[in-house]
This record gives sequence, C-alpha cells and structure tokens, in this order.
Amino acid sequence: MSGGALATDTDLTSLGAEFADSVRDEAADWDARGELPAGVRLAAAGAGLLGADLPVRHGGLGATPAQLGEACARVGGVCSALRGLITVQSMVAAALLRWGTAEQRERWLPPLARGELLAAFAATESEAGSDLAAVTTTVEEQGDAYRITGVKRWITFGDVADVFLVLGSAGGRPATVLVEADRPGVSREPVRGQLGMRAAQLAHVRFDGVRVPRENAVAPPGFGLSHVVGTALDHGRFTVAWGCVGMAEACLDAAAAHAVRRDQGGVVLAEHQLVRSLLGRAAVDSRAARELCLRAARLREAGDPDALAETVAAKYAAARAATDVAGSAVQVLGAAGCAPDSLVGRCYRDAKVMEIIEGSALVSELHIADHLLRAHGHRPGGRRPQREEGPR
Amino acid sequence: METPNQTDAATAADVTDELSAFLIRNLGQELGPDDDYFALGLVNSLFAMELVNFVEQRYGIEVGVDDLDLDNFRTLGRLREFVLTKADRGAAA
Repeated sequence: MSGGALATDTDLTSLGAEFADSVRDEAADWDARGELPAGVRLAAAGAGLLGADLPVRHGGLGATPAQLGEACARVGGVCSALRGLITVQSMVAAALLRWGTAEQRERWLPPLARGELLAAFAATESEAGSDLAAVTTTVEEQGDAYRITGVKRWITFGDVADVFLVLGSAGGRPATVLVEADRPGVSREPVRGQLGMRAAQLAHVRFDGVRVPRENAVAPPGFGLSHVVGTALDHGRFTVAWGCVGMAEACLDAAAAHAVRRDQGGVVLAEHQLVRSLLGRAAVDSRAARELCLRAARLREAGDPDALAETVAAKYAAARAATDVAGSAVQVLGAAGCAPDSLVGRCYRDAKVMEIIEGSALVSELHIADHLLRAHGHRPGGRRPQREEGPR
Repeated sequence: METPNQTDAATAADVTDELSAFLIRNLGQELGPDDDYFALGLVNSLFAMELVNFVEQRYGIEVGVDDLDLDNFRTLGRLREFVLTKADRGAAA
C-alpha cells in the first residue's frame, strides 16, 4: 500500500494488538463505570482503528477485511464496548463510502477516521427492531431542508455521538439522513446498567422536528433501508462477528489457564473429564467461528455477492460461540468468573447482547434459511422481516 | 477488484446470459426481460446489495449514489441496459 507516514503492511497485520494490550487492565473499570474515557476514542483513532478499512485517500489505512477483522478480535477479547466503538464508527463510514456523494465522503470520512467526530447508527425504534421497515421516524422535505421527527432507542454511543445516521420514512419511502447532535431539537436519554456492553454509552435519542440541510441526506429516498442501512448493517455484522471470535478465544484461554492451575481436593480441574469436555467443545466452537469469519473476509475482499449472506452466517455462529464459550468459562472459573472484575463474566454478559444486536440469532436463522430457500425458487409468503436488526 | 470480463467482450448477449444465470441461481427461477422481481416479491432484504455487488464484481463497474434508481435494477432488461451503459462509460473514461 502507498500510505506514506501511515501504517505499513507489517503494522496492518498486527493492527490493534498493541492498543488492546495497553487497555487490558482498564476495561473492567470502564464496564463498572459505564463509560469509555474520552481520551480512549482518540487513542483508538491514533492506533488506526476508527477508519482502518477506509481507503487511504479518505483518511483510512486501507486495511483488508481480514486485517480489520483480526483487529476487532484483538479488541473484542479485551473490551466489547471498545470494539463497539469501532463497529458503529465503521458502519456509518462504510455507508458513506459506498453511498455518499463525493462531497459527503470528503466532508465526513476524514474526521471520522481521525476520531474527531464520533458517529452513531440510529435505526432501532420501540416498534421497529428486527423489522426496520416499520420505522415511524419521519423525514419531511421542507424547501432546502429536511425535518426529522422520531425517537430512536438503544443507540450505541448515542450519549456521546457527534452525528447520527438516522433511518426514517420520507412519505413511506425509507430515507437516511445525517443529523448532527448539536442541532436544535436533538435530545438524549442515557441508558445505563443494561445486561452487557455497559461502557458503550447507550442512549435513547429524540429528534424533535430537527432541521438539517438537504446535503445531509444519504442516497435518495427509497434506498435508505435496502442500500444505505443494508451496507451499514452488513459491515456491523462483520466487525461484531470478529469481536465475538476475540471474546470466545479470550474466554477459552482464561478457562484453560484456570483449569491447569486451580487445585481442588488435591486434583487440578484439568484432570476432571467434565471440565475437559467443556474445554474441548469450547475450542471447536471458537475455531469454527474464526473459520467462518475468515471465509466472510475472503468473500468480502473479492467483492463476492455471497459475502452478505456469509457474513450473516459468520455473525450468527460467532455470537453463539462467544455466548457458549463465555458460559463454559464462567462455569470453569466458578466464583472467580462471577467476580465484579472478571473478564469471562463480562464477556458472558456482552456475548449475550451480541446474539441480539445486528440481527438476533433467531432472525439470522430465518434469513439464512430464507437465502437457501430463495435459491430454490421459494416465494416468501406473508409479512416477514425486511431487515434483521436489534438494539443499536 | 477482479474484472474478468473486459468491456469489449461484454456483448449484450453475454451480459444477458450472465445476469439471467445470476437471477436463476439466486431466485431459483427463470425470469423474462420485463419481470419485475422486486414487485413480484421474489427478493429478500439482502438481495438488493447482492445484485449491486454482483454487477460491480463481474463487470468492473462502480455503482454509486447517482445510479440509485430502482428502474436500473428491477428487471433483467433494465439491468442489462444499466450494465452496458456503465461499462461503455467506464471504457470511454
């Protein structure tokens, strides 16, 4: 790559490694406090993590999908909230890179890559989770401006975001608009104490007749869901999937290390067959998840149309692996796994959230089957989810 | 990105056959040039982006925001015209 002062290829293969190590001892505290310190965002940007896969000309590092994925695994194994920061920032960036105008890319992508602006993805509503076609937020044309009205829920980093990519309805057509957080009519209600991702500064965000200029619209009305949100969610699934691989692998390591050292009644846990069985299953789950994520990365790099469906499958499998392996790790670690600062305990809570966001496990199963059946000429009957999504 | 099929080889007949094969592979049925697979409800939520990725990968074209008109994508015939026009423009550039 021709990055000049930017990262070399060698750097990209270890992208995020040093940074993840540097914050390893702080993540439990962030989780307990329910926030990432403001400086961490800039540090993540400085490590190249907020625009890693953006082209160099837009301020990124030009990382391949596999390089971005490995970075998300490294960070995910340390702190899911921090991986969530990478996810939301890169979801919005991916949507703008793909469907923004030249002016929009020039205006938004470099500050997003540098971490000067924090973006959030505002699609979910109280009655529109897995079925995002049901959003009721309105996007009204008013001369040279749009007027946005609605309430978005469970927005990751919504409490501190500088700009929201909002999905609404423009006269019945799905429309996406960038809304800066400092515009009159934007208000946020922080969410704290949720099951997992506690440092991800979630918020419910209200848009009360917020006026934005026409140039904030991303793609023409009608393409907001299928193309703009479709691109963002696809990217989000990919980074979430890799974050889950990192969680599963970190939990497997912790469980194996504990099993070797922990002695009860003169026998180390590793000598118990039931413990070995748990570890064996966890090892296979982790490796299978990693291989599916690598497969998705290869297809994405090739621009293969199957990359979308294979990313759904990878995310589904990796979230399940993270949930199962974290659960086994907590079991093996016992009380140590239940301690307030336990990595595996935190992963256990965070992993379950990963089975809900960016396509719940149940909806993912429907979509994977749908894709299979579609190729055999099955016509979907009745009303079905247009788009899988969860609290984000 | 791979561009296995250069513009000069991308005759209308080739493009029609390839697009038709893609639709059969993904929608499980043969479609006429004017069948609107979106209106017929044959597609799911991933299909619109799969279609974009396919024409980009296969023909080395870039689908951007200015191309977002459902009339470019909704039938085999319109999709073929879109691909040929984009490929021509790319070759002329």
